[in-house]
Amino acid sequence: MTRNPKDFWTGLIYIFFGASAIILARNYNMGTALRMGPAYFPTILGAVLAVIGAISVIRSFITPGMPIGAFGFSGLALVIFSVVVFGFLVRAAGLVVALPLLVIISAYASARFRWRTTLIMAVGLTIFCGLVFVKGLGIPLPIIGPWLGG
Amino acid sequence: MELLDHLLLGLQTAATLSNLLYCFIGVFLGTAIGVLPGLGPTATIAMLLPVTFVLPPVTALIMLAGIYYGSQYGGSTTSILVNLPGEAASVITTLDGYQMAKQGRAGAALAASAIGSFFAGTVATFLIAAFGPPLAAAALQFGPAEFFSLMVLGLVASVVLAQGSLLHAIGMVVLGLLLGLIGADVNSGTQRFTFGIYELADGIGFVTVAMGMFGLGEIIRNLENEAERSVMLTKITGLWPTREDFRRMIAPILRGTAIGSILGILPGSGSILGSFAAYAIEKKVSKNRAEFGKGAIEGVAAPESANNAGAQTSFIPLLTLGIPSNPVSALMVGAMIVHGIQPGPSVITEQPALFWGMIVSMWIGNLFLVVLNYPLIGMWVRLIMIPYHLLFPGILVFCAIGVFSLKNATFDVYLMAVFGIVGYVFSKLGCEPAPMLLAFILGPLMEEYLRRAMLLSRGNPWVFVQRPISATLLALAVLALGTVLIPAFSKTREVAFKEEIV
Repeated sequence: MTRNPKDFWTGLIYIFFGASAIILARNYNMGTALRMGPAYFPTILGAVLAVIGAISVIRSFITPGMPIGAFGFSGLALVIFSVVVFGFLVRAAGLVVALPLLVIISAYASARFRWRTTLIMAVGLTIFCGLVFVKGLGIPLPIIGPWLGG
Repeated sequence: MELLDHLLLGLQTAATLSNLLYCFIGVFLGTAIGVLPGLGPTATIAMLLPVTFVLPPVTALIMLAGIYYGSQYGGSTTSILVNLPGEAASVITTLDGYQMAKQGRAGAALAASAIGSFFAGTVATFLIAAFGPPLAAAALQFGPAEFFSLMVLGLVASVVLAQGSLLHAIGMVVLGLLLGLIGADVNSGTQRFTFGIYELADGIGFVTVAMGMFGLGEIIRNLENEAERSVMLTKITGLWPTREDFRRMIAPILRGTAIGSILGILPGSGSILGSFAAYAIEKKVSKNRAEFGKGAIEGVAAPESANNAGAQTSFIPLLTLGIPSNPVSALMVGAMIVHGIQPGPSVITEQPALFWGMIVSMWIGNLFLVVLNYPLIGMWVRLIMIPYHLLFPGILVFCAIGVFSLKNATFDVYLMAVFGIVGYVFSKLGCEPAPMLLAFILGPLMEEYLRRAMLLSRGNPWVFVQRPISATLLALAVLALGTVLIPAFSKTREVAFKEEIV
């Protein structure tokens, strides 16, 4: 078994990305050292990355290290989900739906979540962003989207 | 005096009403984020970049620079008053600063920090003005081989100064370079690693990566250890230091400024290394070394001067060579490119108003900071009290809208989410994101210089060691890597980074 999980997994990730880069770059023109094609630099980098990954994996069986800390899955999931929901809804339903949802879903990740303060925040931030970003800076985001007849 | 002419030109640029205003906004925001724990300058600058795109380039860069050095000031305030370093560079200030505050000498500590920072900022501004032009002139002789080697040196330095495993930091750099290559190849137009996704044709935006890895990644990390932040506020008394205090802080401020200025120029370090080194040296040479750790004013004055000097001089490689030395200046390189300015040695000659305007604005900004921080201390203290759970949804909102506004594309919002996951996972694995962001921005440039160097040398790879300047730069890079492998240094590196929070 591996004695250093951090080294082991980081190594695997590096090998994966290094190998992917080399394999994908095979579709492009390699060129020569004199006239490098689009595949030349990525292939070198991919090889270097894969070698670093391999060293890391080998090292993980030799020198012991700290275990990986527990993942905070709920925080990770809620924060990422709130951003994705925002991206999905903002064009169609508009800022008035997407932004409060972003605030509420992400705020729920905190252990100190309270409905009252969160709702106040959601309303306040929506008004602020609507005025500053859409009206003020002219970012083309619908305040009320087509789904709501805006 | 040519220097005076230049500074006058800078003054004319920096002292316009709108530039003064944005400089003030920059240092104000910088102080605020420096005070607020859990929100760093990298994430903030990434968040505000889209807003600055509507400003003229000089104004935008003045404001962004202000955010950076302003955050160094704000970070010290919280270190002294509540033992919470707002920024990594002010970790060391907590040692003596908080002790002083507990003894009822918070005022003297804040004064030492403000005076030291202002003096260091002034000296560093003149250093940039004095050394910038000759350095840029020297760099104008650089060919593609030299630039390639310079970037290698910059990336190696960022690796050496990164936390955690050296091997993993190198891996992060290579991964960053690869990610930077996504999109259309400049020479052939070939779509690389785009998987047929149309939005990737122009490559991934650096703001998207920075917001994801630093903004979202930081939030997810902070939520994990959302410990009770019981803030024991000490009463601020004796706002004015005694004559004895003044006498004791002079030498440390001078030494701190010198150390910080030199270390700040090194790529990859910025202000962090300087503050640690200045404290360590002060502890060795000071007459009052027995008091260190128990509230010695030297232990505040030296690192505070050093971190501010370093924050300023780290702009030297950025402005003269176009090489970013830390994530913040990497973002500024990106901002310059967006504004149509090619960062590099030609900026001084082609955009003198921009260069000198920025330098003078830094000095003005430092003046603002003294005014902002010292009399208004009560306001910043209240800001520390804002609990994190009321703060982070707002940060997310700014990130989401900011990243959308780059290209008015929801694709970038999803991409930012992906980099949020990537940033979080890598931080769990002990890999720091800073070298990766640096490499990400340098990736396409490095490839271009590599290609040109090889073309000029007719495919001879030895060109990098045959040209003397290039060879020197590469030798320095090897030397830097070598020092990490020396046990004595690597031990100090570990100690220095152990207490650091990023």
